[in-house]
Amino acid sequence: MGKTIAEKILSEKSGTDAKAGDIVIAKVDLAFVQDTTGPLTVRLYRDSGMGKLADAKRTVLFIDHAAPSPGAGLSNDHILLRDFSRQSGCILSEVGDGVCHQIVQEAYARPGDVVVGADSHTVTAGGLGAFATGMGSSDVAVAMGLGKNWFRVPESFKIDINNDFQKGVGAKDLVLHLIGTLGADGATYKALEFHGGAIKKMSMSGRFTLANMAVEAGAKAGLFAADETTHEFLKSEGRGSDYKAIAADADALYEKTINIDAIKLEPTVSKPHTVDNTALAKDLKGTKIQQVVIGTCTNGRLEDLAIAAGILKGKKTAKNVRLIIAPASRKVLLQAIEKGYIKTLVESGGIILPPGCGPCLGLHQGALGDGEVCLSTANRNFEGRMGNPRSFIYLGSPATAAASALKGEITDPREVM
Amino acid sequence: MLKGKAHKFGDGISTDHIIPGRYAHLRSNLPELAKHVLEDADADFSKKVKHGDFVVGGSNFGLGSSREHAPLVIKMAGVSAILARSAARIFFRNAINLGLPVLICDTGRINDGDELELDLAAGTVRDLTNGETLTFGRIPGVMLKILNEGGLIPYIQKHGDIKV
Repeated sequence: MGKTIAEKILSEKSGTDAKAGDIVIAKVDLAFVQDTTGPLTVRLYRDSGMGKLADAKRTVLFIDHAAPSPGAGLSNDHILLRDFSRQSGCILSEVGDGVCHQIVQEAYARPGDVVVGADSHTVTAGGLGAFATGMGSSDVAVAMGLGKNWFRVPESFKIDINNDFQKGVGAKDLVLHLIGTLGADGATYKALEFHGGAIKKMSMSGRFTLANMAVEAGAKAGLFAADETTHEFLKSEGRGSDYKAIAADADALYEKTINIDAIKLEPTVSKPHTVDNTALAKDLKGTKIQQVVIGTCTNGRLEDLAIAAGILKGKKTAKNVRLIIAPASRKVLLQAIEKGYIKTLVESGGIILPPGCGPCLGLHQGALGDGEVCLSTANRNFEGRMGNPRSFIYLGSPATAAASALKGEITDPREVM
Repeated sequence: MLKGKAHKFGDGISTDHIIPGRYAHLRSNLPELAKHVLEDADADFSKKVKHGDFVVGGSNFGLGSSREHAPLVIKMAGVSAILARSAARIFFRNAINLGLPVLICDTGRINDGDELELDLAAGTVRDLTNGETLTFGRIPGVMLKILNEGGLIPYIQKHGDIKV
């Protein structure tokens, strides 16, 4: 019987004939932490007595969640990470470099790798065919020290997406629709494997958006075949030699198959306070907003900024709306400057934040006030997520975000395109 | 045998409910961080909870972030185990890695304030208030070994390696 992508990668990395449900010890090819989980990881690591890192050049500490730091406590955490990097020889990604998940796919993750990160959105690297999953500080510490950890091989859901998207509709709408269908725990412990004509044609940016949000249905991984699009992407990042083809076998076994016709999808939004609480953007018309966020590991890439700039070019955002833009990495920011997107976005009323997580997790750069409503391209809208349990977060695509910033209320982007 | 009071929560308690991102600056000051445990789900929880009590959730307990601080502050509050109808994957693994049992059972009939008696070896929870006995799902072998050593880091300190 054939294997899913999850079974293939975990078989290779464990040296066993791994099948869904097995528990294996697998080699970890890349381990990383960020500045809100890293300090605990470093302390646990030092307590563990594991000594030298298994592979310092495949261990990365990212300073992205509170970057630049809003206060002394987090600044001291950053010092702890810098010290550990100096002492251990591992790689440090500094303030201003960007969000861990963006840099992992730009610079580190390879098709067929096992990647673990102390951040739930580590799943993003599944977009290029790595088995990437989020873990806590203890588990990542063990992966850093031993170069391996234990994994339960997940059953996979086959998400088969065919046909073309309508204009103004894309990967974000698809993934919100999917999570609305599955539910926030509909894929707990499972891998989502994305297949079909719409996926073959999808850009890497779109694939990363889908993989990123797999965890919002509870999934352990969101996986894509590594194909020619993946190869071209790696070449563009100067690491074409990291490519290897990965695909599920034609006779792989899936726990279930979900078919989605892309042409039937419409701009989709998650309502407060859960990601699976979805509605169509057009049905939320009239919902006033005070803040729009475009960025994060979900939608802070060049393609996302291009979509927003396309909608906002020559126009002004609505009065009483703050449009906050956080490019996902230094590289994305530079490219967006070169392409003129940043000028367009600033002229339209936007505020550009340094590359990083921005206001997504509520610790700086755009916390919400009591009763305020935000439309964000991020991946979570939990109560209190953006710094205030008395505020309301809607999630949508970059197109929906830009259109909503123009109108001052939740807007179907097709109205303004 | 563990005995304590149930603190009942609903479905979908996220890691942002347990320890919101706005307290990220306290993550290296655990005693201060722990004062905010579950604050956005029950503002008085940290005052009410007593050593040995249980957190009782509904479905998908602990969804969201990988922050191990979430189970850590629950453990620091003195909670001896979490009972839930289902738990999010990363939270479940993190809790076990800290030596905090998460037990999956039908929590629907447990009420806030009920006195519970937990028998880990037998796999049962007795609700002494309503007289019912619940059974909970088996924790996978590798996790049980980690739990029995008091968590993953103590396990590594003792064994120096991880085996399944």
